[in-house]
Amino acid sequence: MAIEMVKISHISKAFDDFVVLDDVSLSVNHGENLVVFGKSGTGKSVLLKCMVKLLVPDAGEVFIEGKNVHTISNAELTELRKNIGFLFQSAALYDSMSVSENLAFPLIRNFFFTKQEVEAKVKRALEMVSLEHAVDKMPSELSGGMRKRIGLARSIITEPKLMLYDEPTTGLDPITTKEISRLIRDLQNELKMTSIIITHDLACAQIISDRAVVLEKGKLKYEGSLKELTASSDPFLHDFFTSDIIED
Amino acid sequence: MGVGQLFEFCFRFLKNVFLPPYEFHEIKKHMDELGVKTLPIVSVTGFIIGVVLAMQSEPILARFGAESVLPAMVSLSVVRELGPVITALIFAGRVSSGIGAELGSMRVTEQIDAMEVSAIDPFRYLVVTRVVACSFILPVLTLYVVFLAIFGGYLAMILSQGMSLQLYVVSVVEAIRFGDIIPGIGKTFFFGFIVGIVGAFKGYNADKGTEGVGKASTTSVVLSSLLILVTDTVLVKITLWIWP
Repeated sequence: MAIEMVKISHISKAFDDFVVLDDVSLSVNHGENLVVFGKSGTGKSVLLKCMVKLLVPDAGEVFIEGKNVHTISNAELTELRKNIGFLFQSAALYDSMSVSENLAFPLIRNFFFTKQEVEAKVKRALEMVSLEHAVDKMPSELSGGMRKRIGLARSIITEPKLMLYDEPTTGLDPITTKEISRLIRDLQNELKMTSIIITHDLACAQIISDRAVVLEKGKLKYEGSLKELTASSDPFLHDFFTSDIIED
Repeated sequence: MGVGQLFEFCFRFLKNVFLPPYEFHEIKKHMDELGVKTLPIVSVTGFIIGVVLAMQSEPILARFGAESVLPAMVSLSVVRELGPVITALIFAGRVSSGIGAELGSMRVTEQIDAMEVSAIDPFRYLVVTRVVACSFILPVLTLYVVFLAIFGGYLAMILSQGMSLQLYVVSVVEAIRFGDIIPGIGKTFFFGFIVGIVGAFKGYNADKGTEGVGKASTTSVVLSSLLILVTDTVLVKITLWIWP
């Protein structure tokens, strides 16, 4: 029987009168890669932020490894977050720190590694994203694709059990999109992580996903394998997926 | 963002500042940066305050035949009020806006969220360290400004009266008492706190977008300057009660 890593139960969230999430429930098993599709503004990023308590939902619960994220103590939440990686849409690199400092930061702050161990982990993480040469660069010197890769390296350097990706390929050209998507898939295979990927990029989902769900106007409307969803005759899904299918 | 939220932010700071781990390395780094960043402008200002104060006061005192008290007047004005307040206002303009813009930019680009989700407390790392650094570096800068202003006053008096350095120093040292220095410099600790906490509050709670960053930067200067003047009024009253 599959073990549940994440369970979202009847989550709702509104900003003033604008309902962003409306009674959304879903679960993700250990080792599974779930892709969340949806048009812009349908609450995908809000869902992800509610999962790590960057936002507090108006109703509903989020369980990660059986712990209710919104009711556990701050100390427990901190411990839980040590096992979660989050790749932001903008990569969110600390712009006052070099690439190596960005990568070393969570290791130094949260774990008791020696200087040599931290250096070795930084080197290995940069090798995984093929950016060993960028070790001393500042974030302002990096291209969009490089920033995403460094953001990814920083997220996986602590070897989290759960990875959350907020539109990992947005704003990238098709070739870099495929490179990043394959990199995410390879890292997941290597590190055996559970992943939730927010995207509206079908090319990315084709490479990464085990299962997909689609949000429409804050509600979780469709669920299934990517093949099932793209083959659906539902008018919304048909419009959503036929607009930019890329054969891999 | 209202007064209640600012008080809540101050309370959160007080709750965190005494708890370990202490970020000495970060505090030292910010003190270096803030001190160096502000040094050129406060140096020029401090010197000019002394020169102008002496030049303006001399003819007025001469009307009453009291030119001899000019060194005492310049030094006491600078130590008790002008040095601390003007340094604090310049510091607010330079540093509070900088902190507001820096943290605002970090908020807008999700760097603060990234820190939080990495199990690192951004409040302790970004806010507490900056506020502590501001509180401790401003008294140091003020002492430096006071020294420069007194020196500026001396240069003005050489040009006008040809006063000797020895006479000037003796006049200044005789005029300044312990009860002038402690409240004068001591209150800049509170001014530094205001500059740091207001800048951090505005930046940490910045609205999304570049407009939010600009607003955080501007309102930081306005609010911290206003609070410095209000706090000064209260502290002057209190210090005059302790050291009449």
